[in-house]
Amino acid sequence: MREINAKQITDAVSDLCGKANFDIPEDVMNVLRKAYDEEVSPQGKDVLKQIIDNDEIAHNEQVPMCQDTGLAVFFVELGQDVHITGSLLNDAINEGVRKGYKDGYLRKSTCNPFTRKNVGDNTPSIIHVEVVAGDKIKLTMAAKGGGSENMSRVMMMKPSDGLEGIKKYIIDRVRESGSNPCPPVIVGVGIGGTFERSALIAKKSLLRPLNVQNPDPELDKLEKELLASINKLGIGPMGLGGRTTALGVHVIVEPCHIASLPLAVNIQCHSARHKEITI
Amino acid sequence: MANIIKIKTPLTDDVVYQLKSGDSVLITGVMYTGRDAAHKRMIDALNRGEKLPFDIQGQIIYYVGPSPAKPGKPIGSAGPTTSYRMDAYAPTLIKLGLKGMVGKGWRAKEVIDACIKYKAIYFGATGGAGALIARSIKKAEIIAYEDLGPEAVRRIEVVDFPAIVINDVYGNDLYVKGVEQYKQI
Ligand code: SF4
Repeated sequence: MREINAKQITDAVSDLCGKANFDIPEDVMNVLRKAYDEEVSPQGKDVLKQIIDNDEIAHNEQVPMCQDTGLAVFFVELGQDVHITGSLLNDAINEGVRKGYKDGYLRKSTCNPFTRKNVGDNTPSIIHVEVVAGDKIKLTMAAKGGGSENMSRVMMMKPSDGLEGIKKYIIDRVRESGSNPCPPVIVGVGIGGTFERSALIAKKSLLRPLNVQNPDPELDKLEKELLASINKLGIGPMGLGGRTTALGVHVIVEPCHIASLPLAVNIQCHSARHKEITI
Repeated sequence: MANIIKIKTPLTDDVVYQLKSGDSVLITGVMYTGRDAAHKRMIDALNRGEKLPFDIQGQIIYYVGPSPAKPGKPIGSAGPTTSYRMDAYAPTLIKLGLKGMVGKGWRAKEVIDACIKYKAIYFGATGGAGALIARSIKKAEIIAYEDLGPEAVRRIEVVDFPAIVINDVYGNDLYVKGVEQYKQI
């Protein structure tokens, strides 16, 4: 059993919140640069240039690339030989969010659903814990903005809809989202599980870097086919028209109930912010 | 790229008539910020017979909830938020004299119709370019609803704020035109 003090978790989380919001992941930047080279629409090219310049400014000046610094979503892989001392894991993470969002001049975006009153410190964060082997904690923080999250959906498809129905739903979702989720987007797809599981795996799929292929060759093929179709929609950067509507499509599939076919589409904007640390 | 047109606020009808969907513009002057909660309060105030927190004639509202300013800076990152959430409120403000809105994403038919009828423009800015756009904001001051935090109404002074005309007063919509031009399925 290895002891990890909650304070260590809080400090790591606080640091992650800033870094995730200031530094665009390299894989995303590389794909944005490639898209800029290849985009045929002048207005689309102009938008991509603004995005690339913006992300460079954010990194150089250590300021948020987007003012919507998101709800703080955490994927925690908790080694089962870890004993956390000092406070509860969730409390330690939320304390880190409080500190990180304050010290990093990040926007606080959590509010009461009815009165819409801002909570003021960006808590509670959204925490997903998975217990794994080992004596370490891996924390992945994703800052999830509202614009692209609002365009996401869970759909309980009919088994008879099959793969064709799934493809159509995904493509229609991107089409209907249009300019709202700040295209170019990354499309996270979760197929199977239950209602809530499909949404979780859709979000999780977004953590895979853009330069890493789906390990399943069939799904890799499906992702490439969906990406090609989505980029024929014509939406383009910020919806002004163009070929770069999505930078990637990521799919995770799990078994589901014999009566069900859950499908979740989690849209991620180009401000695809996530960072991880292992303690 | 099309020519870049420099415009000054407050907007006059002459300027508004000249702008066409797809034009790139650089805006200089005063704009006001407001998003979901501020819009609800403004419309509630009007319903109670009260005045708006600023004179809306010829003005532009920028749909933004900026991140906090670092010491020595006028504002934090400040890119546009999605506009459709303000669709329920925008026609009322346009009727009262609002001449421009800056945001991202498509608008409801009611807003587009109000733009045609009362001569107002919907501009798009690049979502997620908050650090870049903040450079064109030289001053920012909260003038109403301070308790709303990032959603408070701010008077901002901008120089060469980059935007693009989405909906003009002639009924053109860049989101429709642009997609038609490039769509292959
Ligand atoms: S959708 Fe993403 S890039 Fe666009 S405003 Fe929201 S967080 Fe920022």
